[in-house]
Order: sequence, then C-alpha cells, then structure tokens
Amino acid sequence: MHSTRSSATDMSAPLLSVRSLKTCFPTRAGLVTAVDGVDLDVYPGECLGIVGESGSGKSVTFASVIGLVRSPGYVAEGSIRFGGVDLRRLDSNGWRRLRGRDIAMTMQDALTALNPALTVAEQIEEVLLAHAEDLPKRGRQAAVRERAIEMLRLVGIPAPAKRIDDYPHQFSGGMRQRIMIAIALSCRPKLLIADEPTTALDVTIQAQVLDLISDLRRELGMSVVLITHDLGVVAEHTDRVAVMYAGQVVEAGPTRELIDRPKHPYTRGLIGLIPRLSDLDAPIRPIEGQVPELIGLGGICRFYDRCEFRASKCRTDISMIDVGPDHRARCIRVEEILQ
Amino acid sequence: MKPLALISRITQLVPVLLGVSVIVFVMMALTPGDPVEIMLADQQATPEQVQAMRHDMGLDRPALERFGIFLSNALTGDFGLSFFHRRPVFDVIAERLPATIELTLAALLLALAISIPLGVVAAVKKNGVVDRLAAIGSLFGTSLPGFWFGIILIILFAVQFKLLPVSGRLDFGCEVPPVTHLMTVDSLLRGRPSCFADALSHLILPALTLSLPMAAVLTRVQRSAMLEVLRSDYIVFAEAKGISRRRILWRHALKNALVPTVTVAAIETGSLLGGNMVVETVFGWPGLGRLVVESIFVRNYPLVQAAVLLYAVTYVLLNFFADVLYTTLNPRVRL
Repeated sequence: MHSTRSSATDMSAPLLSVRSLKTCFPTRAGLVTAVDGVDLDVYPGECLGIVGESGSGKSVTFASVIGLVRSPGYVAEGSIRFGGVDLRRLDSNGWRRLRGRDIAMTMQDALTALNPALTVAEQIEEVLLAHAEDLPKRGRQAAVRERAIEMLRLVGIPAPAKRIDDYPHQFSGGMRQRIMIAIALSCRPKLLIADEPTTALDVTIQAQVLDLISDLRRELGMSVVLITHDLGVVAEHTDRVAVMYAGQVVEAGPTRELIDRPKHPYTRGLIGLIPRLSDLDAPIRPIEGQVPELIGLGGICRFYDRCEFRASKCRTDISMIDVGPDHRARCIRVEEILQ
Repeated sequence: MKPLALISRITQLVPVLLGVSVIVFVMMALTPGDPVEIMLADQQATPEQVQAMRHDMGLDRPALERFGIFLSNALTGDFGLSFFHRRPVFDVIAERLPATIELTLAALLLALAISIPLGVVAAVKKNGVVDRLAAIGSLFGTSLPGFWFGIILIILFAVQFKLLPVSGRLDFGCEVPPVTHLMTVDSLLRGRPSCFADALSHLILPALTLSLPMAAVLTRVQRSAMLEVLRSDYIVFAEAKGISRRRILWRHALKNALVPTVTVAAIETGSLLGGNMVVETVFGWPGLGRLVVESIFVRNYPLVQAAVLLYAVTYVLLNFFADVLYTTLNPRVRL
C-alpha cells in the first residue's frame, strides 16, 4: 500500500510511515507478538481506516505510533517515521512535545478517557498550555480559555462559555465524545488517531460524531486514522483501508476498491457479515473459529485454521502481494480463489 | 450537602449516644473498686464518714436511678462534678481538650505528610526500593504497639542524643497568653519563636508516635488507590495530550487517588482518640487521653462517662465529615 495512490494528494510524501513494526508483550504464557511486521502509510489530509476484530493489533499498532504501549509491552522492531522524524529515537521530552501537538488521539469511551475530577475547562486548557509556545506570556490564561471555548463551539457543544466549567459527568455520552475530540484537536494536530470513536455511542449519535470528525479533517487539513471494527463506518468515512488480522495487515487498498473487490478470504468474510438492505433474507455467514493465540506464530498463514480455502501450500509465512491498483493482500491463493 | 442529609446524620447520633451511655455506665458499674475507698485510702476514715461521702456523691442510690439522673442532667448539658477535682466535669475536660486536639492534629498532619508522597512514589515506582521500604515500614507501623515505639523514641532522641525533651508540653518560662489554646499556634500568633520551638520540640515525638499506625494504613491506601488510578484510561489520554509527567501524577492521578486516602484519614482520626490515651500517658502529655486513663484508675465515673460520650460524638462527626469530604473531592457523588 505504499505504491502509487489514486487520491488527490498523490505526489506528496507520507506523513506517517510505519515499516515492519513489531510490538511485544511478555506474559506468563510466553511472548505475545501483538503487532508483527506491520507496514502502513498515512498521507497528508487523508483518512485511513484500520479494521479488525478485538485483538487484531489495530489499537496496539497506533499505541506504538504515539509511544503509549502499556507496560510491560514494548516496540521490538521496525521504524515509525512521522514528518521525516524517526519516532523510535525520541526521548521522553520529544514525545511530550509531539503528543497533543502533532499527533493526537481519542479513545473509545470518553466517559473513562476524561478525568472525572477535573473540569472540562482544565482538561482542554492544559493541552493548550503545554504546547503554547506561540502564545505571549501575558494574558496567556485568557487567550487559552478563549481558544478552549472556541474548540468546544467548533465541535458543537451548545453554550460552551457557560458549560466549560462543568465536569465530564454533567454531559451526555455524545457530548463527552465531542469534548474528547475538542481536546485532541485543540492544538490542530497533523494526525488524529481516532480509536473506535463510536463504539460506546448510540447508533444515532455515531453518525454525528463521525461526520464531525470528517468535517474537522477537511477544515483543519489533518490526516485521520480511524480505528474501527465496523466496515460500514470504513466505507463511508475513509479514503483507504487496512484490514488487520492476528497482528498483521492482511489486506490494504483504496476503500471503494477493497470493499467492492475484496481479495483476502478474511476480508471477504468480514464483508459477508454486513447485512445488505437489498437482500435482507440472505443468511449472515459468520467466520468460523477464533483469532489464534499470538504466541510463537509463524511458518503458517495466520488465517489458516479459519480459512475455507486453505491448502497445503498455505503452510508457510505469507507476505503481502499486489492484487490490484494500490491494492495488496496477504494471501498466496488469491488468483485461484477468485476463479 | 443537602440539609436533609445533615438532619438525618444528627438524628443518627441520638441512638449512638444513648447506646454508648448505657455501655459506659454498665461497664463502670461492673468494674470492681469504689471511688470513695480509693479517695479515702490513706486516711483513717470511719465507716460513717465513708457512708456520708457516698451519700454526698450519690453513690448510695441504686444504679438505675443514678443512670436516670445522669441522663436527665446530661440532656441539659450538665455532666456533674468530677469526684476528684470537685469541679464541673465539663470545665475539667475543656481545660485538657486543647492539648489533645493539638496532638491529634499534629499526628494527622504528620500521617498525611508521610503517607501521601510515600504512597504515590511507591505506586509510580512499583516494586522499586521505595515501594519495598514503604511496605516494610507499613508492616512495622501497623504491628508495633504505640507505647513501645514511643519509649524507643524517648530513649533515642531524648535520653541518648538529648535532642528533644522527654515529656510534657512546654517548659516553664514560656507563658503565652492563650488564643486558640494550641501552644504551637499561640506562640506563633503572639510572636514568640523561642516558645514555638519549645512547643514543637515537645510535640514532635508524641505526634510521631501517634501518627505511625495511621501513616502505615494511609500509605497502603494511597498506594493502592494510585495504582488503580494509574491504570485508568484518563491517564493514558492525559499522556496522549503531551502534558508533563509531573502534572499527570500530581494533578490528574492524585486528585482521584486522594479520595480514598482522605476518607480513610477522616475515619482513622477517630482511632487516634484511642491512641491518645497510650501516647499521652507515655509522654506525660497533659491532654484528655491521660485524664481519662487516670480517671478510670480512680473510678471517677462522671468524668469517664462525659469523656467517652465526647469520643463517641467526635467519632460520629468524623464519619460524617468523611462523607462530606468524599463528596467534595469526587464531583460525581452528591449526597
């Protein structure tokens, strides 16, 4: 997926470039390789969707990107370059300056991501203050507060000047999600990592929040990584998509192309799970089996046990192969399957 | 805090106080020994004189009647005369109370000052040196008897190194006109630094002794609260904002992790009241705790009853205060 692309920003260099990323967690049962050889690019201004079930490594991949892999996990191998800077070489101060200002993140559930004991005002203002090199010392507090209110207005909080001093629990779930987005975007980051931004929300609110993210992406000219397990969300809001399975990217390509012509058996299975309005009577076919344990894998296709097309030649390490324009899949039987 | 909650708390006090009065009265009545015999032990009193004194003090009446009199008087705020001081119990207690309040406050402050930073560091550097030392310290703090620790401190700092006084509250010569009756505070308010130093040097060992078990408990509470908070999503989110580590720990984490510590501290302050009796006795601290111990020895019933009631009221109020604190610190809870 680092070949030529078909969108408007074709010629530009990637903003974020991840190569051969490997992130491990030591456990009692052994070393869990939660992310194993992931390659990803995010281009300026685009929205990249990351799809996969729980445990596929999609969140850990981007926790690695922002340097927040939970202890005792660690990034073992690979390179993460952001705007030409090698993030793996950053010291804690470098990380601190990068986070919030260049790369921001929102979490799944705003109820737990916002500090219950601090007011919304404090939680927005502290990001601005931490990265406020451009603000004059005199009157900084007032300027920061004004910008915080402005951010709340931008994400659609009614009466922001009045409500800014409230605590998170005094807002509804959808409003909290908006507040979290306002915090993440308050320093106009170049990249927003939105980790399951709608999973904790009612269906009606989900669309509003996703539309908000899309609008702000255009307005602020940032790139967005949308982590989700919902292909419908991906279809509607992303330019390109990477499907992850068991710690690897198994298929990546332009969203339209990938959804219309899925190549990897896993992606095909995922798309088969979406009920279609045109054919509501068609049975939903679940993918049998479970994600394998991420310990000591290798020497076999990770989807082998669940794949309806498995063959003896799949008993080897599979790499990504080109299957279409800017479209790659991790399956050696692609040609045979499609016939 | 809604007024309704306040009223319900005050109503709760009534059965507690009644129960405590009954228990104290029964215990004192069942304890062998007679105040009159103790008072007249050294004098060659005739049985008639003893009888006259018993009658004078009302001790010749049946227990139930005595309890009734005590209750009805107590309701009007009259706790009777102290057998030994021949003055109203209320006055005697009021005289001794400030010393105990000063000691208790000092111990509370010490316990918080030790346990909060220690608990935070122990949690942040889990399994580190500080964490292990804190764990050992907590074990000692909870298991060592207060009087033993106090005596060790006296031997070390007062007898061996002669750094601090052995006992008492103030040396002669430091007469500070009272404002709050807390010596350390008053000497500062009156601008007497030498007296402040003297008061502080007397206060430090008993306060330390009294605070140790509490500091031990609070360190554990603070550590586990902090560990729990550090695992929460809002800490990860705060880190993703690029704010300083210091701010994350002392503002984001501690503000949440303080809630259990402060609540437990408020409740545990009640347990300091019991510790006071031991510590005041060991250090010759002229407070209520020592007065109560002495009064128990000589069967000074009116004083013991009034003091125990005071303890009970304090305990209930502290619990109430803990609830209020919990609400203030935790904006999600509204009583």
